[in-house]
Amino acid sequence: MPHVAFTRHLQRFFPTLAEGEVPGTTVREVIDELERRHPGFASYIADETGRLRRHVNIFVGEEPIHDRVRLGDALAPDARVFILQALSGG
Amino acid sequence: MSDQILLGTRKGTLILDRTAGRWTPRPIAHAGMSISYAARDPRDGTIWAAMDHAHWGPKLSRSKDDGATWENLTQLAYPKGARFVEQHLPTPDQTAEAPTTYKEAALLKVWVLAFGGKEQPGTIHAGTLPGGLFTSRDGGDTWELNRPLWSHESRGGDLFAGDATSRNEWGGTPAAMAYGEFVPGIHSIVVDPRDPDRIFVGVSCAGIIETRDGGKTWQGRNRGMLNDYLPNPEAAWGHDPHFVTQCPADPDRLWQQNHTGVFTSEDCGQTWKRVSEPDVAVHFGFPVAADDRDGQTAWVVPAKGDDERMAVGAGLFVARTVDGGATWQAFREGLPQEHAYDVVYRHALDARGDRVCFGSTTGNVYISEDRGETWRNVGHNFPPVHSVRFA
Repeated sequence: MPHVAFTRHLQRFFPTLAEGEVPGTTVREVIDELERRHPGFASYIADETGRLRRHVNIFVGEEPIHDRVRLGDALAPDARVFILQALSGG
Repeated sequence: MSDQILLGTRKGTLILDRTAGRWTPRPIAHAGMSISYAARDPRDGTIWAAMDHAHWGPKLSRSKDDGATWENLTQLAYPKGARFVEQHLPTPDQTAEAPTTYKEAALLKVWVLAFGGKEQPGTIHAGTLPGGLFTSRDGGDTWELNRPLWSHESRGGDLFAGDATSRNEWGGTPAAMAYGEFVPGIHSIVVDPRDPDRIFVGVSCAGIIETRDGGKTWQGRNRGMLNDYLPNPEAAWGHDPHFVTQCPADPDRLWQQNHTGVFTSEDCGQTWKRVSEPDVAVHFGFPVAADDRDGQTAWVVPAKGDDERMAVGAGLFVARTVDGGATWQAFREGLPQEHAYDVVYRHALDARGDRVCFGSTTGNVYISEDRGETWRNVGHNFPPVHSVRFA
């Protein structure tokens, strides 16, 4: 199951958000599961069309995801996913 | 008269309380977050803040306990299929007949909030980038895009159903450029106190649009407007209102600070006339405040523009008319008259009773308690101020 880590800045809005395993075979599925666990979470990561927000980055391993429009990047069972704010937004 | 002021600033929400004759800010709320607008619902006391977070996107926040705790809301969003005609900034290789292209709308900013009538508890309106009017009927829990305005013929018709069937007349606003886009925005929402189904919205850049049936149908209300930047200054569309407001005690009287001057209407928006007085530097600016009792009285904070967008002559002043715009008087006492580069944004001036308050891009907040004649500084070191509203 993919392992997901977050910037601590997201805990300001979701205090119970914690690094850990989240089921999903794509980045989108992981975000959908996080939305179920933390209602509203997805709207912080992506806009209502599903696109990754301009100043948010998601990495799988050390690579930024390729599909910022649909978040369709596939995840291996042992994938490590990082959800971070981009330096561009600061 | 109100003893509380809400500031929406680049770094959070500030609540100022008047105690023993002094205005004192509380510790900042939403620390570090840009707040595009903050206001209190006069019907139930809820305080609203429109958060404009650079990373995590625009969200609404509300406090039902006078600012002690806040709840962030994520429901305000465009429905699937809400498309708009894309605006393209001119480029050197642009062809004259570029094909119409469409874009799926995503919320960039909640620019303004307005509260429904006394008889409509829980009804709240929000004006957004790109060019949306949203309404909540349940106190902000759920929001719905006003489809008749979104699909108005001035925007190309119903783009949910297919491609444009009419010409898009809504242009982009420079206020959207911070988001890397060039889209229209709704910055003014006026709910008529006599009939909350009668609503005016101000659009940059298109003009003023009115509904008399609670948002089912909309008509442009730009007769008498003059746009000096168009070959036909009296065009039906293409106007750039910066802010529009209404006198609550004389609701047929509307005021509009426009890119091309100050305008007023005595017939509830059906016709407008320009009442600028460039000789006393009343012409360009962003905000206008209507007196809440006298329809003849309004305040503006002029700027040198639109080439400089600074205080006129580096001296800050507020201008007031008491005769419906026929004449204006400038008031400078208590305001800096040297090296002042402050600009006052469209939502950053408000009047209530004898009190008038404004905040500037330079983080200065000034208040007058004698109808704008003399001014006192409330603080020099606030973040850039986006909105000022008496609570």
